[in-house]
Amino acid sequence: MSLWLILMLAMPVLIGGGLLWKSWSLLHDHALGELLLSTRWRPLSGEFGFAPFILSSLWVTLVSLLIAGPVCVLSAIHLTQYAPRIVLKVMQPVTDILAGIPSVIYGVWGIVAIVPLVSRNLAPLMGAETTGYSILSGAIVLAVMIIPFVLNILIEIFRSIPIELQEASLSLGASRWYTIKYVTLRKALPGIVSALGLGLSRAFGETIAVLMVVGNVTIIPRGVFQPGYPLPALIANNYGEMLSIPMYDSALMFGALILFVIVMVFNLAARLTIIRYEKVSQ
Amino acid sequence: MEANHKIRVENLSLRVNGHEILKDINVSIPENKITVILGPSGCGKTTLMKSMNRLTDIYPEMHVRGRILIDEEDILNTHKDVTAIRKKMGLLSQRPYPLPMSIYNNIAFGLRISGRKKRDLLDKRVEHYLKQASLWEEVKGRLREPASSLSIGQQQRLCLARGLAVDPEIILADEPTSALDPISSQEIEKKFLDLKQDYTIVLVTHILRQAARLADHVIFMYLGEVIEQAPAEEFFHHPRTEITRAYLKGSIN
Ligand SMILES: Nc1ncnc2c1ncn2[C@@H]1O[C@H](COP(=O)(O)OP(=O)(O)O)[C@@H](O)[C@H]1O
Ligand SMILES: [Mg+2]
Repeated sequence: MSLWLILMLAMPVLIGGGLLWKSWSLLHDHALGELLLSTRWRPLSGEFGFAPFILSSLWVTLVSLLIAGPVCVLSAIHLTQYAPRIVLKVMQPVTDILAGIPSVIYGVWGIVAIVPLVSRNLAPLMGAETTGYSILSGAIVLAVMIIPFVLNILIEIFRSIPIELQEASLSLGASRWYTIKYVTLRKALPGIVSALGLGLSRAFGETIAVLMVVGNVTIIPRGVFQPGYPLPALIANNYGEMLSIPMYDSALMFGALILFVIVMVFNLAARLTIIRYEKVSQ
Repeated sequence: MEANHKIRVENLSLRVNGHEILKDINVSIPENKITVILGPSGCGKTTLMKSMNRLTDIYPEMHVRGRILIDEEDILNTHKDVTAIRKKMGLLSQRPYPLPMSIYNNIAFGLRISGRKKRDLLDKRVEHYLKQASLWEEVKGRLREPASSLSIGQQQRLCLARGLAVDPEIILADEPTSALDPISSQEIEKKFLDLKQDYTIVLVTHILRQAARLADHVIFMYLGEVIEQAPAEEFFHHPRTEITRAYLKGSIN
């Protein structure tokens, strides 16, 4: 038992170390700044600039959070503060089911429903032209995928706020909505931030569903209707192929390392916020 | 001698899922006196108090019937804005629940809702109410710190000051000393004796000695019913029912 535990605790270190070791030959040959900031991705001539992939990942993730964040916060408020209890009881298994759907199914749904919606309806509305395989499609699919996950955490957070706090505010003559805005939301704020942080780290690493709708073109996206090429897609699409190119293998490992580090940082930051918040609110 | 009645509860019943928590309650609460609601835990004291400022509204499972008259106005069956009704009453709960903001803003919260937003006026009022709750000297140098940084006893006095700041006529206090140390409890009790000159105080407790120290008028509840109500003197020395006598002797808890 304890051997398993130790192994599990060591896992992040082992993975991180392994990735670092595998990407060493690339790091040995190129400056870190150049790898992270250069936009030139020409593996054949030995140029490995990761900026397009990093930026695509950031775009897709941030836009998905912009969509999912307000939806989740407002739904959590409605479900915990206004809706009859029965609705919450029904919603919980529904979100569990949604969270358990394999991501490839979300990808197919993205191709069938979201890509055409973006190219035929949303883009013309904004005066843009696109095939639909774009940052926005990726972000919408991602948003739908992380909503159940983030919503579940937010519901727990709102439910953990004592009702007496609301009673205190109401008894001072505040209306229900004023109370929610200035007392409940403020009390929940650190929790909301960390829930979104956890959603962010999950969205950042999501691979298949995004890869299917985002276009996978190596450019710096200049808007949500342009295609992009996020890091996980780069790795999934290319690993095992073209490994005869020198350092290509090492470059993909470095991509995985970037992904790993960013996700770890988001995750840790979110968890630290939760811990600090629990200390303060006691 | 007939005192002025600030609150009159008539035929109040409250049900949750078919279970009757309050059964046909009829009580009168005299003005500028301390009325203690006494009874073993679970008998409905908190629920009765919450119905007096309509906090029962936020529990969809609670069904309330009957009348509660405050200054002869029925607050249950009215179209009047519920926030105006609640402003007439300051609430002090079993444990202090400071709002998640600074000490200053805890007091200013209610003032701002009532439309007082001018900075220098707010400053004056905040100081005034903190003094009234005997907290000013302890916090005057740290008004911008979060209220959660205060001790529990200080937090409870902050909650009192916050309640007084909306200029209520009634103070509803639900076992306000149960989470406090003896010294803080004493401070709160002393405060109540001062405050009854200007406020009608309703105090829930299950501590007999506290009731004896503070009460002018006693309402004794048992299993959702009012068993007896009388001036304190009469209640403690000439209880009328068998249940009351048993409770006063300490054989019911
Ligand atoms: N929201 C609620 N839902 C169901 N039952 C409740 C609710 N609030 C109170 N009760 C029940 O009503 C009874 C009286 O509760 P309460 O008024 O808190 O008693 P007291 O304050 O005298 O201890 C208890 O049996 C309690 O379980
Ligand atoms: Mg109680």
